Amino acid sequence: MSEQQYQKYYVPAQSPWPFVGAVALFLIAVGAGNFVIETTKGKEGFGGWILLAGLVVLFYMLIGWFKNQIDESMSGMHSEQLGRSYRQGMSWFIFSEVMFFAAFFGALFYARVIAVPWLGGASNNAMTAEVLWPGFEAIWPLVKTPDGTTTTAMGWFGLPLANTIILLTSSVTAHFAHVALEENKRGRLKLMLGLTILLGLCFLGLQVEEYVHAYREMGLTLQSGVYGNTFFMLTGFHGLHVTLGTLLLIIMFFRVLKGHFSPQNQFAFQAASWYWHFVDVVWVLLFVFVYIL
Amino acid sequence: MSTVADDLHHDDHHDHKPSGIKRWLYTTNHKDIGTLYLWFAFIMFLIGGAMAMVIRAELFQPGLQIVDPNFFNQMTTVHGLIMVFGAVMPAFTGLANWMVPLMIGAPDMALPRMNNWSFWILPFAFLILLSSLFLEGGGPNFGWTFYAPLSTTYSNDSTALFVFSVHIMGASSIMGAINVIVTIFNMRAPGMTWMKMPLFVWTWLITAFLLIAVMPVLAGAVTMVLTDKFFGTSFFDAAGGGDPVMFQHIFWFFGHPEVYIMILPAFGIISQIVPTFSRKPLFGYSSMVYATTSIALLSFIVWAHHMFTTGMPLFAEMFFMFATMLISVPTGVKVFNWVATMWRGAISFEVPMLFALAFIVLFTLGGFSGLMLAITPVDFQYHDTYFVVAHFHYVLVTGAVFSIMAAVYYWLPKWTGKMYDETLAKWHFWCSLISVNVLFFPMHFVGLAGMPRRIPDYSLQFADFNQWISIGGFAFGLSQFIFLALLLKACRKEGEPVSDKVWDGAEGLEWEIPSPAPYHTFETPPVVK
Ligand code: HEM
Ligand SMILES: [Cu+2]
Repeated sequence: MSEQQYQKYYVPAQSPWPFVGAVALFLIAVGAGNFVIETTKGKEGFGGWILLAGLVVLFYMLIGWFKNQIDESMSGMHSEQLGRSYRQGMSWFIFSEVMFFAAFFGALFYARVIAVPWLGGASNNAMTAEVLWPGFEAIWPLVKTPDGTTTTAMGWFGLPLANTIILLTSSVTAHFAHVALEENKRGRLKLMLGLTILLGLCFLGLQVEEYVHAYREMGLTLQSGVYGNTFFMLTGFHGLHVTLGTLLLIIMFFRVLKGHFSPQNQFAFQAASWYWHFVDVVWVLLFVFVYIL
Repeated sequence: MSTVADDLHHDDHHDHKPSGIKRWLYTTNHKDIGTLYLWFAFIMFLIGGAMAMVIRAELFQPGLQIVDPNFFNQMTTVHGLIMVFGAVMPAFTGLANWMVPLMIGAPDMALPRMNNWSFWILPFAFLILLSSLFLEGGGPNFGWTFYAPLSTTYSNDSTALFVFSVHIMGASSIMGAINVIVTIFNMRAPGMTWMKMPLFVWTWLITAFLLIAVMPVLAGAVTMVLTDKFFGTSFFDAAGGGDPVMFQHIFWFFGHPEVYIMILPAFGIISQIVPTFSRKPLFGYSSMVYATTSIALLSFIVWAHHMFTTGMPLFAEMFFMFATMLISVPTGVKVFNWVATMWRGAISFEVPMLFALAFIVLFTLGGFSGLMLAITPVDFQYHDTYFVVAHFHYVLVTGAVFSIMAAVYYWLPKWTGKMYDETLAKWHFWCSLISVNVLFFPMHFVGLAGMPRRIPDYSLQFADFNQWISIGGFAFGLSQFIFLALLLKACRKEGEPVSDKVWDGAEGLEWEIPSPAPYHTFETPPVVK
């Protein structure tokens, strides 16, 4: 690269937003910690309010930081190289998310393949089963725990299947939205992005319905043993990620309406759509390992 | 490696630093952020150290005398958490912030604002952790490994705060690691090819990968602890179909790579320092790169060597034993290469080199005790004794911490432009070296004889050794104040001015910029030939 070709890497000047963000996370952590203690132990306190304050500060920070970022991007301060930094950063962030889900999938597999069979006497645990948990039957889904809590298993047909189709379709529309952006077809871009958001919202709505059904009619709760635990933690964290992804897409939608993004300048859009595909892949794994198998 | 240095003096008008407190709160400058990380780490090192002093005071004599057992447990727990997440890791991140851009010829870290965020959330995380000690019922008391059911069924309310503060520490590490990785991938100066990268950069690249891979798993583990304790899940409770041993699997899947996160950057540092003071290029550069990579990959499949006594099936015991022993091969390659670098070199013994030499000998000792622990049947005897404590303090204190001190002495003149106080530095080294061995070496003996770890009382037969250990501990603690004094002097810019190169045997881009390093460097990248 010769001197002339080199475009200066944009090192932003001082910025208050990261520090504001640190304060936000501090309030969220203190608030959430106290909130958890207070609600589960029936104590009085301000945890919930601190948590709320933290979230408010966080949104304030995100708006300020994003606005900063968008202004810089729109005024052309971002070089090709900086765009690469953002894209790589986003990919590694998604990788870290993958590993977060891996921890819960690991718990699911361990419980299924090792913990539950062992409680039933497999491997060299005949006496454990005999002495500690007589009468326990090692089956999966674990509808009756060793201490006798019972529940019902969630089937895959019906609502979960519908949700799978919805989310897969949304991945396709997200892809088409990206193609439209690349080809600078703004009308199609808006349509496809809008569709993706709608599908995401549908998914979330149905997911809520599924939870209500599980709690009200099936007796499947977060407390119903390791089957319920893995079910709700995996689908719950996934649902949170879908929520976040939908929010990102909504922001992108408004930016598209404002005329932002071009085939050359589209990092934020790309990041949101990568995130969406990632959330989708996680769902497919969930559908296979949590619902079907 | 020679470079066409860019003309830094053109950019003088750029070199104005913002002043006041805002400079530090709002900074996007990798050098400022590096400094913040390093000072934060040092303060945490002193706080964590004070807790170790409480532990050693209690263990000075058999019987319970100074603190009650619950408080003792809180001290061992928070000492461990602070040293791992508050001292060693941030110190390495601080060094990466300072040095990686300088070593690869980049104008800054790739994502400067996120860089600031990842630093500033750390003090808050530790504020939460430390303040939880003052809650009713006390702070976390289940050991830094927070095994279920100690952290679930039997823990106190502060567990919720512990969980969220660990979440923040994890977020900080992940963001820091993403920054390092992206900087190295994307910001290298033209001509800085992969196999020309200094080893500190290589080892940090791989460390960053490990961090991004395992910190989320830690987040998962603490989350499950939170729901088990507060929301009635039973991940780690057999009554609900879960398994406390599953906790250990998840934790150590994070935990073992974590110990490499704390040693790979140290390997990088030593690989920079030994060639400089031996005035010879590093022996076996590429084998160092491959060894680092294979250590990192192997570190994912050895975790259950921490769990030999949990009743795993024989096959698993064997697998994890052999896989663990396999890691000592690439580790051995490294030690061999450092020694071979010194072989027939024109060695001089400046303080960074002294620390590096101590590292090589004492880290290797820790590696050997690790090998002993890796032998399953033998570990049945050693597990949860002071032998394990001796092992990991040799690799972490005389390993990781010594390497950090070596790095500080090595690069401090570049940061401040002044040579540090040589006399104080020598005192610091020799006092630390002697006391650290008085402190940790006898732990091997009491451990082999069966003294359990994390217990505030012990059998009379261990009294003599424990007195020695405590005396060594106090001496080591006091020695660090020499370091503090030296650092304060350095911050006040006392001392002889140094040349750009500082050390006559030093090689690399960081030695081609002025001393002290200007606020902005390499705004146009140098060309590496
Ligand atoms: C040759 C390389 C190494 C081997 C074979 C090895 C092996 C082991 C084994 C088998 C244990 C478990 C002992 C027990 O609990 O019974 C252990 C514990 C430990 N090792 Fe290593 N190790 C090695 C290097 C390291 C390094 C480089 C570090 C960190 C820088 C480290 C840090 C630790 C820590 C912190 C523990 C104790 C964790 C705890 O229970 O609190 N080890 N090591
Ligand atoms: Cu290990």
